[in-house]
Amino acid sequence: MLAYLLRRILYAVPILIGVNLLTFTLFFVVNTPDDMARMQIGIKRVTPEAIEKWKLQRGYDKPLLVNSAASGAGKLTDTIFWQKSASMFAFDFGYSDDGRSIGREIVTRMGPSLAIALPTFFIGLVAYVSFALLMTLFRATALDIAGVALCVLLMSVSGLFYIIGGQFLVSKLWHLVPISGYAGGADSFKFMALPILIGVVGGIGSSSRWYRTIFLEEIGKDYVRTARAKGLSELAVLFRHVLKNAMIPILTGVVVVIPLLFMGSLLTESFFGIPGLGSYTIDAINAQDFSVVRAMVFLGSALYIAGLILTDISYTMVDPRVRLS
Amino acid sequence: MSFMPIILWSDALVFLLLASGIATAWYVRRREHLLLPWRRVAQNATAMVSLLVLSLFLLVGLLDTLHYRAALPETNGGETVYSPEVLSVFDKLVEPLRLQTEKTYSAPFALTLYAKESISDAQGNVLHDYPRLRYGGAHLADVAQRNGDVVKRALTGALGGLLAGLLIALGSRRWLVQHGLPLRPMLIATLLLAALIGATAHLAAAYHVLGTDKVGQDVLYLSLKSIRTGLIIGTVTTLVMLPLALFLGVAAGYFRGWVDDVIQYLYTVLSSIPSVLLIAAAVLMMQVTIDTHPHWFDNSAARADLRLVFLCLILGVTSWTGLCRLLRGETLKLRELEYIQAAQSFGVSSLRILTRHIMPNVMHIILIALVMDFSALVLAEAVLSYVGVGVDPSMISFGTMINAARLEMGREPMVWWALTAAFGFMLVLVLAANLFADAVRDAFDPRLNRTEAVA
Repeated sequence: MLAYLLRRILYAVPILIGVNLLTFTLFFVVNTPDDMARMQIGIKRVTPEAIEKWKLQRGYDKPLLVNSAASGAGKLTDTIFWQKSASMFAFDFGYSDDGRSIGREIVTRMGPSLAIALPTFFIGLVAYVSFALLMTLFRATALDIAGVALCVLLMSVSGLFYIIGGQFLVSKLWHLVPISGYAGGADSFKFMALPILIGVVGGIGSSSRWYRTIFLEEIGKDYVRTARAKGLSELAVLFRHVLKNAMIPILTGVVVVIPLLFMGSLLTESFFGIPGLGSYTIDAINAQDFSVVRAMVFLGSALYIAGLILTDISYTMVDPRVRLS
Repeated sequence: MSFMPIILWSDALVFLLLASGIATAWYVRRREHLLLPWRRVAQNATAMVSLLVLSLFLLVGLLDTLHYRAALPETNGGETVYSPEVLSVFDKLVEPLRLQTEKTYSAPFALTLYAKESISDAQGNVLHDYPRLRYGGAHLADVAQRNGDVVKRALTGALGGLLAGLLIALGSRRWLVQHGLPLRPMLIATLLLAALIGATAHLAAAYHVLGTDKVGQDVLYLSLKSIRTGLIIGTVTTLVMLPLALFLGVAAGYFRGWVDDVIQYLYTVLSSIPSVLLIAAAVLMMQVTIDTHPHWFDNSAARADLRLVFLCLILGVTSWTGLCRLLRGETLKLRELEYIQAAQSFGVSSLRILTRHIMPNVMHIILIALVMDFSALVLAEAVLSYVGVGVDPSMISFGTMINAARLEMGREPMVWWALTAAFGFMLVLVLAANLFADAVRDAFDPRLNRTEAVA
């Protein structure tokens, strides 16, 4: 098991290198630092001095890959690639355009992101699975058909609509909770309730329908017929047999997103003014702060790979037949 | 000539897509085994009604794709001068909607502007009141006549539409029966749609049916123009995604070994980056390129259009990994089957095995993935435009409409119509696409048990 995990972690390294090279190409080769400087300062009347100054301030004045002016190891380390891209492997993300440390910003913003994303994830999971089980229990009846129709309708609605409509209904019309904002401590529930509710409702259509398909696939199998034949009630069959056996396909889709919860949700956080990583990313995109976007891309893929490894581990927990070796 | 046809990049890609669609249909038409699943789709009432709705959207989108530049009245020494403004056939058809702009916001069917202004009446007295609209309901002398007039116009319009719908229904009835299409649902849908279109068209001639936006543009016009953007995002993206996913997926599954390793590495790297971030990074870089090379574009329409094409390209490059994985898995399964091994032992070349034996047998996966992706892409456009990495802000799309209308929710009284219109149109488009996609999946998925015998 330990050897397997080590191998998986080692396997993650080339993928992260690939991500790193990709972002390096995207941010420094497709457009040179000069292009970016011109764009940031403004197109008209840009003096070469201004560009040099902009590059110097951000450390973009070095050569891309090989610094022939430096000596020894400096030939490789005193370059943009080494200082801006390779350093990410040590989780050293450098500084954003307003001069703050990106690493520290990530650590402080993770809290609010998780405070919204974790409850949304768990409440959502329980709600979707219960709804899907309900539809499976009443399969091929009017209730099931109505449920599926509702799911298709809900998944055809834009995610933006849930947020805007929810804010309008709950905050503006009914004045139940503030429209946006965030506070720690006892007050936090007031601010978190609506984003969590909207997050759960927004996912109900596609997720419940997907779980229903998984359950229906399980329910046609032989062991289910055996269970029924020995006289188990439909509910016992559903919970004790179908749900347990459907765990593998459910986990495949679910566990992989758990680490990504750290990143928060771009839309929810920006609409509700939650100071998490999602709104950090969206602000960086709007301000065209490339170093922050680069850091988030790297962080996101590292978390995704962690999710893949977690998925494998979770298999061993729900299915004793799976052995990692 | 009084106009000069213009083919923008996205137009060319749409025509290419259309041509390949027609070619595929022609090919399938004469092969019974390929036609069979489509017959099953054709018998599905929900699918056919959805298709009817979708084809209306498609018609608007296609008319909006035929671009031209109109000739200006003055000539430059005998040479015709063309207007710099790129218009489409659709713009010409709904010209009143496009040109009849008000000063600023007005509610649906309103006769007056949304905000009070100082107006001087005939006696020279200055009043602080809601000014009448320039076009919306301008034919009415008395404000009190409005409700009656709206109802009258809606009814006559609906009646006209109904008559036209009836003619279409009678004309196509025979054809529907011949091909075993669900007759009653389709006729009812045709009549309803025709009545709706008739009523809207007749009302839109005199009122702003969905109100006007901040700069006084008709919201109905904006919504109809958004359709093309949504359709292009949903379809042109597949032009990029499909070849990548098909060739790489099939090659990885068939050749295995180092080819498989390289391709797997490639798609693991791409899919490990959260897609919004990857798209954001790529779009930001594209923006830098476009902004630093302004001389590439002769007008703003060309720039917005190229940005749309680039967005499709980026969406395609970031979204081929899922389909590629599916195709690789299916090919791995197929290559072990006897008929492939027989072909191999006959000495058939790998290329021929891939094109003749493997690709036709993974087509159902591709088709299902494409129709399922369409609605997701239409929805994604709105989100990306909100995040700031979508289409050009000057391009009319559901995303830019929502983005512009978002802040209007805070106004008193609320400006709700633009937002409602964008979400409503999007819902109808995506819902129809989802329902149609479901029927296609059910008809093509071999895992589903079917009682009928395969012909």
